[in-house]
Amino acid sequence: MKTWILLLFMFAQTVSAEIEVYDFKDPVLEKRYQSLTEELRCLVCQNQNIADSHAELAQDLRRKVFELLNRGQSDTEIVDYMTDRYGDFVLYRPPFNFKTMILWLGPLLAVLLGALGYSRVVKNTKRSPDKASEDDLKAVQNLLDKE
Amino acid sequence: MSMRNWIPLVFFLVLVVFLGIGLGLNPKEVPSPLIGKKAPDFNLAQLHQPNQTFSPEQMLGKVWLFNVWASWCVSCREEHRVLNDFNQLQIAPIVGLNYKDEPLDAINWLNKLGNPYLLSVSDSAGKAGLDFGVYGVPETFLIDKKGIIRHKHIGPVTVKALQEEIMPLIAQLNQEVN
Repeated sequence: MKTWILLLFMFAQTVSAEIEVYDFKDPVLEKRYQSLTEELRCLVCQNQNIADSHAELAQDLRRKVFELLNRGQSDTEIVDYMTDRYGDFVLYRPPFNFKTMILWLGPLLAVLLGALGYSRVVKNTKRSPDKASEDDLKAVQNLLDKE
Repeated sequence: MSMRNWIPLVFFLVLVVFLGIGLGLNPKEVPSPLIGKKAPDFNLAQLHQPNQTFSPEQMLGKVWLFNVWASWCVSCREEHRVLNDFNQLQIAPIVGLNYKDEPLDAINWLNKLGNPYLLSVSDSAGKAGLDFGVYGVPETFLIDKKGIIRHKHIGPVTVKALQEEIMPLIAQLNQEVN
C-alpha cells in the first residue's frame, strides 16, 4: 500500500513539472501573474485558462504575461494586449457591451420570466375554487348525490 | 386548446432553433479583432535568403494573402495542394509565415511539395504569429492595398472557401484605389 501511495506522488510530481516556473522577485508581481493567467483563456484548448494549459500557445502567452509584468505594465494594459490580438474571447469574463448584453442579462431575464410565470400559476390556483363554474358545481353535486 | 397552452411549446421550439444553430457553429473559429485594422508590422528574415528581410510594408499597393504554415503542421499538407493550384491562377501573391519551424525542415518541405509562396519569412520564436493572433496553424489573412487586414481564414484553405469567400473579396479589393 505504501509503495502505491509513493508511486502516486511520483506521478503527481512529473505532471506538475510540465508547467514552467517563473521566478518573481516581487511576491505582488507573482500574485498578479497568477490571477492574470487564470483569467485568460487558452484558444487552443478552449475550456482551459492559460495557467492550466499545456498547449504551446498557452506557454507563449504565459511568457508574454511574465515579460509584460516585468516591464512594469498594468493589469489592464496586459489584458488589452491580449484582446487586441485574440479578441474578447480570450477573457473568461467578457466585458459588458452590446454584443455580450444577452450573455450578461439573459440569466436575469430568465429568472424574472420564471418568477412572473410562477406568480401567475400561484394566483390562479388560489382563485380556482371560487371561480368554479355553475356546471362544474352541478356535476360535483350530482356525483355526491349518487353516493 | 387555448393560446396559453401553446406558450411552452413555442418556447421549446425557439430553444431548439437556437441550440440547433449553436451546434452548427465551429467554436474553433474565433473572430479576429484585427479585421479592418492595419496588419501588425514585423521585420523578419526570409526563409530562402536569411540575409534579406521582409516587412508587410513592402506589399503596399498590392492585394495579397498572408499564410501561416509550418512543416510540422499536418493540415498544412492538405492545404498546400490548394495553395499550389491557387498560385497557378496568378490572382494574388501569397507570402508565407513559417511559424515556429526549423528553416531546414521548412525548405525541405517546400522542395518536396512545391512552393506557392512569393517568399516565406521565418518566425521561429512565433513573435509575429502572436501579433497576428495566431492560435492554430494554418491561418490565412487577406490584406488590401493599404495594408489593412480584410479577412481571416482559420484552418486549411479549401477550394470552396477560395471560390466563395476569398476570390470574390480579392476581386473587390483590387477595384479599390490605393
